[in-house]
Amino acid sequence: MIRLTPPDPFGLYTGSVTHWVVLVVAMVIVVFVILTGAAYTVWFERIELGHMQRRPGPNRVGPWGLMQSAADGIKLAFKESFGPRDVDPILFLVAPAIIVAAAFLAWAVIPIGLSNTFTYWIANLNIGILFVFAVSGMNAYAILLGGWSSNSKYSLLGGLRAAAQLISYEMALGLSLVPVFMIAGSLRLSDIASYSVHWGPYNGPIPLVILAPVSFVIYLIAAVAETNRTPFDLPEAEQELVGGYLTEYSGLKFVCFYLGEYVNMITVSALASLLFFAGWHPAIGPFAWVTFLVKVILFLFVYIWLRTTLPRLRYDQLMRLGWKVLLPVALANVVVTAVVLVAVQ
Amino acid sequence: MDDIERRSQRPRQNVLQDVGALVTGLRTTLGQRFQPQVTVNYPEEKTPRAARYRGRHYLRRYDNGLERCIGCELCAAACPVGCILVIAAENTEEHRVSPGERYAKVYEINMLRCIFCGYCEEACPVQAIVLGPEYELSDVSRERFVYTKDMLLEPNPDQQDPLVVGGEQRQTTTSPPPLPLPREGGGTA
Repeated sequence: MIRLTPPDPFGLYTGSVTHWVVLVVAMVIVVFVILTGAAYTVWFERIELGHMQRRPGPNRVGPWGLMQSAADGIKLAFKESFGPRDVDPILFLVAPAIIVAAAFLAWAVIPIGLSNTFTYWIANLNIGILFVFAVSGMNAYAILLGGWSSNSKYSLLGGLRAAAQLISYEMALGLSLVPVFMIAGSLRLSDIASYSVHWGPYNGPIPLVILAPVSFVIYLIAAVAETNRTPFDLPEAEQELVGGYLTEYSGLKFVCFYLGEYVNMITVSALASLLFFAGWHPAIGPFAWVTFLVKVILFLFVYIWLRTTLPRLRYDQLMRLGWKVLLPVALANVVVTAVVLVAVQ
Repeated sequence: MDDIERRSQRPRQNVLQDVGALVTGLRTTLGQRFQPQVTVNYPEEKTPRAARYRGRHYLRRYDNGLERCIGCELCAAACPVGCILVIAAENTEEHRVSPGERYAKVYEINMLRCIFCGYCEEACPVQAIVLGPEYELSDVSRERFVYTKDMLLEPNPDQQDPLVVGGEQRQTTTSPPPLPLPREGGGTA
């Protein structure tokens, strides 16, 4: 069921035809905003990495280097898309398409509070968060297929590593959110973001990180691993694997992988703020989206901060952390939360 | 249990120490975030050069405008890469260019070959050739890197802006070349 919540005096959202027009326009806007957001996440990352290394970062193209991503995009788009001999032609092409499609698909269910009375989404699925996991699970296919079809040993090794890593950390990621669902009593993202309490004089939404701090920590770690970013960027460990699954990709196909990574970064940041930090609450009049944006940017900053600080884990350390630490802790967290919830009721 | 396995299990810190290490690292990088940057934004900002920096060559004059070079070709002989060409000609009473017997009619330096070792400067008996502070010498064709005498010669002091060398405007990046004038009474005209 597709619904939009704003007041609807003209019946645009309920009309059988206009409803689809509104929806398509909304989708175009979301894709445009996320594409721009990904480009400026790249810019933001390079600026922040630069500042933390005491250099200015990109500052040549446009004011403060703001057009750097555009320049890079144009450069990459005009590059020759060169692949090695004997690649699997179909899979080699499909892999980057999968990663971009999966990255954008997740935004179909992510709600954005535009003001305190107007919440926007494309699809308000009652299993929203499961849908996000389902489509972000497709990333494993994209990376594995891309690595395998490249006919290159580095790509294959990178792809296999990525697949193992994604599967390991998806378990912890999924389990870390179970307490959140149990507390909020819903899988719908907008319900979780608006989870409200009646605590004495306070009556309203609270950030769920207060009630589920362990979940948040596990989510933060597992999300870094899910997006293949430092310190969990073994699939593209350049010192040992050249570029991992990306080795043989160039031109627009490379852009697709790169774009997918940054869109996924924004997605996990948005999910973190929706699930644990009450999304667009507190909504200050018509600026609910600003609250949301600030939270997302803060999480992006945390990712960049981690990247510039922490060295890459070794592969066995990565697997040990995933299976021997995060997974048991997440399971125990589920059990403890369940017991506490029953005790409280 | 293989070697790697054993090694990674050896140092048993407790979890709090591990988290403390993470926090220390994160604090360090965030602290650097607010330190002044060390980058010099090159075309706009430049680092100062040493007083004896060996950059582009200049051919110098005496204060009265006569050229110092006496066409002895010692610089060309000293040059390890053979990038200097000097063709000398006789000074006459009507046409006096330098105070000595001869002067350099042709003086060319191939800047693509030059390694800026400064041996020419050391070999010169009258300190006619010096290496200045200018280092932005890029150009668009090989031919333009053969610097001729009128490009190398410093301007006549009472005629021109000291920053304009030869025919074309060449902005030096700091002050005009530091000219360590010889104080010995060597070749006053």
